[in-house]
Amino acid sequence: MIQEKIVSKRFGKVNPLSIDSYIKYDGYKGLEKAVSNHPTQVIDEIEKSRIRGRGGAGFPAHIKARALANASGPKFIVCNGDEGEPGNFKDRMLMENDPHAIVEGMVIMAYATGAKKGYVYIRGEYQNAIKIMKATIQAAEEKGFLGENILNKGFDFKLEVRSGAGSYVVGEEFSMIESIEGKPGRSRVKPPFPTDKGIHDRPTLINNVETFVNFPYIVLVGGEEFAKVGTASSTGTKLISLSGNVKNKGLYEVPFGTSIRDVIFQLGKGVRNNKPIKMVQLGGASGPIIPEYMLDMSIDFDRFENFDSKTGTGAIIVIDDRYDIFDVLLINMKFFVHQSCGKCAPCREGHIQIVNLLNKFKTHRATEKDLMSLENLAKVIQQTSLCGLGQTSMTSIISSLRYFRDDYFAKVRY
Amino acid sequence: MVNLKINNIDVQVEENTTILEAARRNHIDIPTLCNYPDLSIKSECRVCVVEIDGQKKLPTSCSTIVREGMVVNTNSPKVLNARKTIIELILANHDANCTACPKNLNCELQALANKLGIDKNRFPTVLEVQPVDDHNPVLVRNINRCIKCGRCIDMCKNVQSMGVLDVMGRSKDSKITPAYGKYLSDEFCTYCGQCSSVCPVGAIIEKDDTDRVWEALNNPSLHVIVQVAPAVRVSLGEEVGMAPGSIVTEKVVAALKYLGFDAVFDTDFTADLTIIEEGNELIERVTNGGTLPMMTSCCPGWINFAEQKYPEILDHISTCKSPQQMFGALAKSYYAEKMNIKPEDLFVVSIMPCTAKKYEAQRKEMRIDNINPDVDVVLTTRELGKMIRQMGINFEDIQEIPFDKPFGITTGAAAIFGATGGVMEAALRTVYEVVNKEELQDINFTQVRGTDGIKEAEVVLGGQKVKVAVAHTLANAKILCEQVKAGTSPYTFIEIMTCPGGCIGGGGQPYGTTNAVREKRIEATYNVDEDMPIRKSHENPDIIALYDEYLLKPLGKKSHHLLHTHYSSRNK
Amino acid sequence: MMLLKEILSKYPQDPEYLIEILLDYQTSKKTHYISAEDVSRISQHLDIPESQICSVISFYTLLSMEPKGRYVVQICHDVPCFVNDAANIYEVLVELLGISEGETTPDNLFTLEITECLGCCNESPAMRVNNQVYTNLTPAKVEKIISDLRGEVK
Repeated sequence: MIQEKIVSKRFGKVNPLSIDSYIKYDGYKGLEKAVSNHPTQVIDEIEKSRIRGRGGAGFPAHIKARALANASGPKFIVCNGDEGEPGNFKDRMLMENDPHAIVEGMVIMAYATGAKKGYVYIRGEYQNAIKIMKATIQAAEEKGFLGENILNKGFDFKLEVRSGAGSYVVGEEFSMIESIEGKPGRSRVKPPFPTDKGIHDRPTLINNVETFVNFPYIVLVGGEEFAKVGTASSTGTKLISLSGNVKNKGLYEVPFGTSIRDVIFQLGKGVRNNKPIKMVQLGGASGPIIPEYMLDMSIDFDRFENFDSKTGTGAIIVIDDRYDIFDVLLINMKFFVHQSCGKCAPCREGHIQIVNLLNKFKTHRATEKDLMSLENLAKVIQQTSLCGLGQTSMTSIISSLRYFRDDYFAKVRY
Repeated sequence: MVNLKINNIDVQVEENTTILEAARRNHIDIPTLCNYPDLSIKSECRVCVVEIDGQKKLPTSCSTIVREGMVVNTNSPKVLNARKTIIELILANHDANCTACPKNLNCELQALANKLGIDKNRFPTVLEVQPVDDHNPVLVRNINRCIKCGRCIDMCKNVQSMGVLDVMGRSKDSKITPAYGKYLSDEFCTYCGQCSSVCPVGAIIEKDDTDRVWEALNNPSLHVIVQVAPAVRVSLGEEVGMAPGSIVTEKVVAALKYLGFDAVFDTDFTADLTIIEEGNELIERVTNGGTLPMMTSCCPGWINFAEQKYPEILDHISTCKSPQQMFGALAKSYYAEKMNIKPEDLFVVSIMPCTAKKYEAQRKEMRIDNINPDVDVVLTTRELGKMIRQMGINFEDIQEIPFDKPFGITTGAAAIFGATGGVMEAALRTVYEVVNKEELQDINFTQVRGTDGIKEAEVVLGGQKVKVAVAHTLANAKILCEQVKAGTSPYTFIEIMTCPGGCIGGGGQPYGTTNAVREKRIEATYNVDEDMPIRKSHENPDIIALYDEYLLKPLGKKSHHLLHTHYSSRNK
Repeated sequence: MMLLKEILSKYPQDPEYLIEILLDYQTSKKTHYISAEDVSRISQHLDIPESQICSVISFYTLLSMEPKGRYVVQICHDVPCFVNDAANIYEVLVELLGISEGETTPDNLFTLEITECLGCCNESPAMRVNNQVYTNLTPAKVEKIISDLRGEVK
């Protein structure tokens, strides 16, 4: 069995719209245990678990939590359910299949940090998830897991669902904060970081949906036990959104350290019609494109860091040899042309020029100079953009220039 | 203190200093584009990026705070390449037909491209040409030149509380426009022109009226006269490279004579007249239970603001026309009669630090014959600078000439109209002495001077203590207006100026107006006042003569016809 | 369709709720858009400039200042759908509806749009019609969906 189910263990076993069904299946046990301890102990366990954020960047969860706990005055917790990275559907599946686990994770974090208000920000395209999360919050309030004097422990936490309205960049922390404040999702200058100045300039903690779902489990089994699964640098399991030309597309949960090849072939049952794999894109549109020979790479944040991207979302998009690398790159880059917020110059003006250059390759009009231009521009966008969008959007270009360089030369006119 | 290395030089700066400030203080130049002193740090253009040891990314120096031991390189090949690439990207989406742009050689983008050695662009243009907004008498918006630096939005939304402009759309399609992509209009824009004063390129600019003035000057059948606003004499020098705060009063007169004006007059004269009319109006309101607090009326941006946003409080605003319009009305009546010129043969030009004055001059209320404008053309300080350069005048060395008569004598009270608090101080100098019938011990009302957003003072008038207030910028005006609207205003008299610092910081003043420059112009303004032999409007002998000869009495019938106006709501 | 007044009364009078208000109100309208008149009223209610509201509406793709068809058909075109025949499904839609991207049918029934990933890559290709998501699309399935929607109106 290559799968190991921690965060998806209740999928299909609980009725997502029934809090009783959740409670029967260990629901809110993590919270009960958490509130029987001192808040700092909760963060200590999270630190021991060495869990890293599941939104893509893989930032250690305890650092943010501790920063928020140490902040005084009003502060906020946000669950990032703005899953906009193409190829990902894990957060939607979590919200639709086990919504109380998200609420439980957030309440635990509220207890640990002293935040009294939280938001679940869900992309507007996920209407079903929005409905379910709203109902879930109401049910949790009715049962005393949310609201005032939670579990008679004298702490309050209010939770609100916020709907996105169609913007990928809002998945970036500061863009999301702007959006929660009712504004366009244009990022802010960092530092200060959200845990210093977030929503309405108050300290704000933002975690991915999957990260929150891990917290009740960590509290229940203890951080050390949690860390036994996975690798030294990446503990626990990872939800993998497997899509593209595989036979069995779907959501899988595997321990960190599992190889990409095993996910594709053992869980996904290989490529449809047994066609050869031309390329695999990891993470989503902002992730690297790798060739078949790299598939033995294991799923691990440290490995992913080489790509400077949000590879860690866990998306694996398999593309067979019917497709051209430039088709895929152009879709990615048109996506970013559309999704750039327009605030900073390299991102706003750069992506359109990248598309122009790629079109030259696609149509055999490129010169060697264009190749240099593309390489230079991709690096400048990556190095100088204001927020995570422009800093990661070039990953597929940069990786393709490394692993598929021959494809470029094949299109150059001499 | 924090120790760091910039370009291998050991540097020590205070904590919380940005890399940009640290570099500049140590004479290391880092180019910037979206950055503007006194406005928020936007970090949008990314031109000021630097390399910091141990970081892969190139952070912006304008927003990054120094840390102990930091090693910064502001000019590494990586940095220079990134900067150049970014400017090329911006130029590829910019109408870069520089010689067809009024900002040619005065454009921050052009200067930066030149500095970075850009003589060609690796990127093809992606500009999608869009219509130019020139449907109002004041400002021209050409978004084909806009580089989306966001300075104008910051000015309009945060400094002026207006929010006329914002970013519409996103990514390459984003553009800075009014709501619904509409054209600017007097329904929602005050025409303060502060956007145009901070625009680094030629995307927002005042409507150029110099051609109309050249045409008038070249028309032998016209008698062309000009008035010069108080704030122009402390700023025009900057247009020809003189230091901020240079006092050039009589050089302006000489230059205007050189340009061919038949007579050159001082708006200070009608500023004195304003004080007499407005001071008497205040006294009348106080004694006869009129609407209080009374608010000043000389700032056209403020009048637009009040008519749009606070129609409920229009009764509070003095009915006095602004000095510009008092001059226009007197020119086309008193002066025309005196000189035996038909009003239609008289062409009146104003030199103003202000863009909103262009709109004011075109108002229907500002026509004493109900047909022709009293002031025919308004030029900004910048436009006069342009005419001076066009004529190749050696401004700095020009032989100084005094203003013409019959409006020849002016006072220090009028001179300070240009600085925030100046109208209030000038009014108090007169009102105090008229009401209390005693001479002021100290005529300097220093409480109402300076650049605080809202200033307060107390004065004893007729044995009663009254409070007065002064506000500049519309965000501060809004605070006082809300009080007036709610009936909780503790003041008897309020001065409001739209632009930061008052008219010396007007939207039509030379480019590069920052708080530091404003301070210099303010200092010069009070120096002009100090040097005047007469410093109270009611002691101006020419004003006294004008009443004796023509107007007869303040608030009288003639005054009412020529010097007063009314306001109407423009609230949708 | 709910009145704007009713929608406004559901939310705190705080600009923080602008996006929620806009989405809620737009969803309640058959024409799926926020008119200039709506903007002006919301601006007064929340005491924020109209330009700021226009800025928000024009930033988010799910908000519109132009009227749309009763059914807004959004087909995903991102890589996971693209490699699963999404381009062909788009062509089928173009043929069925007689319009291309960004257009509305003359009877104001359908607007065709290309959307970003709908998070249904496990069942690609996918599309969304108003708030309903349809997955594992085939030409035949798309034809049925469109004809069912047409039937609904009659």
